[in-house]
Amino acid sequence: MTIGSIEALQAELREKLYIADRGLATAIYLALKLERPLFLEGEAGVGKTEIAKVLTEILDTELIRLQCYEGLDVNQAVYEWNYTRQMMHIRLAESRGEKLEEKDLFGPDFLLERPLLKAIDPSAKKAPVLLIDEVDRSDEEFEAYLLEVLSDFQITIPEIGTIRAKKRPLVIVTSNRTREVHDALKRRCLYFWIDYPTFQKELEIVRAKLPHASEKLSNQVTRFVQELREMELYKVPGVAETLDWVSALVALDKESLDESVVEETLGALLKYRDDIDKLRDGGARAVLERVQAAG
Amino acid sequence: MAAEPHHLLRNLVLFGRVLRGLGLDVNPGRMMDLVQALSYVEVGLRSDFYHAARSLLVHQRDDIPLFDQAFEMFWQKPLGEWKLSEIRGRRMRRTTLKPLVVPPLESESPGAELPDDAQERPVIEVTKTYSVREVLRRRDFSELTEDEIQEVRELIADLVWRLGERITRRHRVGEGRRLDLRRTLRQSLHHGGEVLSFARRKPRRKTRPLVVIADISGSMERYTRLLLHFSYSLTQGLGQRVEAFAFGTRLTRLSRHMRDRDVERALSGVSSAVTDWSGGTRIGDCLHTFNYDWARRVLSGGAIVLLISDGWDRGDPEVLGKEMDRLRRSCHRLVWLNPLLGSPEYEPLTRGMQAALPHVDNFLPVHNLKSLEDLAQHLEKLNRR
Repeated sequence: MTIGSIEALQAELREKLYIADRGLATAIYLALKLERPLFLEGEAGVGKTEIAKVLTEILDTELIRLQCYEGLDVNQAVYEWNYTRQMMHIRLAESRGEKLEEKDLFGPDFLLERPLLKAIDPSAKKAPVLLIDEVDRSDEEFEAYLLEVLSDFQITIPEIGTIRAKKRPLVIVTSNRTREVHDALKRRCLYFWIDYPTFQKELEIVRAKLPHASEKLSNQVTRFVQELREMELYKVPGVAETLDWVSALVALDKESLDESVVEETLGALLKYRDDIDKLRDGGARAVLERVQAAG
Repeated sequence: MAAEPHHLLRNLVLFGRVLRGLGLDVNPGRMMDLVQALSYVEVGLRSDFYHAARSLLVHQRDDIPLFDQAFEMFWQKPLGEWKLSEIRGRRMRRTTLKPLVVPPLESESPGAELPDDAQERPVIEVTKTYSVREVLRRRDFSELTEDEIQEVRELIADLVWRLGERITRRHRVGEGRRLDLRRTLRQSLHHGGEVLSFARRKPRRKTRPLVVIADISGSMERYTRLLLHFSYSLTQGLGQRVEAFAFGTRLTRLSRHMRDRDVERALSGVSSAVTDWSGGTRIGDCLHTFNYDWARRVLSGGAIVLLISDGWDRGDPEVLGKEMDRLRRSCHRLVWLNPLLGSPEYEPLTRGMQAALPHVDNFLPVHNLKSLEDLAQHLEKLNRR
């Protein structure tokens, strides 16, 4: 489907339970229109990966995901030859007494497509969404390769030739900023920094995603998390953690927050011991008081 | 605005200039993209226009506030009757906003000017005898005369830095344990598909990143200047793999300045970036800032951390101990360099040192050239874990 305006996109996103503010919607809209990759940066758990999934649904296409890690190489990211199959082929040809040539072994039949190659498949009916997740975990070598692919949307396999996308995929690149990604890569993309949501927006997200949680609980939890984000923590909880926490509380049949519940379920929210210690021994109570004071 | 496309275009071009003047990486290509993008958004809607411009022209979070200011300032004039002179006036903002603070350069002899002409050096170099150099190598940094400082600076610049390596997860052709099926198969084709030998791959090695965190407080004053030089030559020698920070009462990142090819410009950049020269020391708090704001970004890839300080700390030793512990757990090696360790009667008895020492991998002196050379050797040996 085509999306006619930023409002339409925002409405579509909302329908799929993704609450995007105008800035993010503008960036996505332009990524679609200009056929540019979208580079999303932000703390963990603010919905960077989620956006790719939702857009896949909206565009009714396929999601191709490439999870980055250190040492990610061409064999894992682009293509690999199917060696076992090649060996078999050699043996079979031998038993039939046929003579094999190199091109018999290095054809499309023996090619294993990895995400990047799959994303530019010229035979695809629809351009897919390509999610390059946590690119900051990969190393410079891979970044350089990615740069090449993202500028031309073509890949050269020496044995076969150059493969070029007929329709450019919508590319979403995400980074948690555990290291600075090279400027050259970012320059190819539209850049958007996703911040932690405001109270209103986060509450909206909780309500949309977990409609069966009580109104009071959603309200309190959202406020609690917003308060935590003001504190000095080693790892501040993201929206994903907020949602996890509400789910946990709903599973425990809780309708509202109190000190003991907070302490028991803190593990859904905070993942570092130092941070959890800060909320033990009265820390949680102080935050709760502020939550209640705010209404 | 839409009714006046020429005005808009002209304003865009001027706006691009303002951003460039502020140090943002905006080139004509980007501006062309923006013009194209504007055909898809309602230019009259300020927020859409803003986000379209921002997502195309900014690609670093740190630049967003700068962009916001420029946007606010520039687009407040309706049809932008901006004169070129006004634009130029804004140009230097980024560099002149901070007050210029001069680092404690001449502590002993305030009158002595530094002649920084490298041309005359080679002559002296030739006439220098071995023994004079040897004396210089072992003299404490704090006892050097101006001339000697200059000489030591050059000797520091000549030091060769090689860091220990770590094994990466990337492989290359070689006699390693991993099978290289692609090459094995290709080679087998020469023998009619018979595998006679296996091709292999071995892991690649990579230099470890280095992080220097230097104390520039009052008690370190006599060493600061040469230690900054030391950080500079490290950065120049090792390139992108070095991050430098300075601290006294607050932490300042110096990496960008240190990468400048021109020594004087680099150091004057440093002197204006740091606001707490020769003040007190709060090591614990500064490490806290480092751990929270920077550790995740600069310590990836098994970094080696050099912490340079005399350990005189006015902060809470408990905080220091805790932050040292965290720092050590997030890097490969934590090396504490203490200039006082050069004197034979020094004992690390200060509260700060006491709190920090249990968390340090190596505790080494850094008071003369010899100690720097030893350090270079030590770093090189920090190999393969």
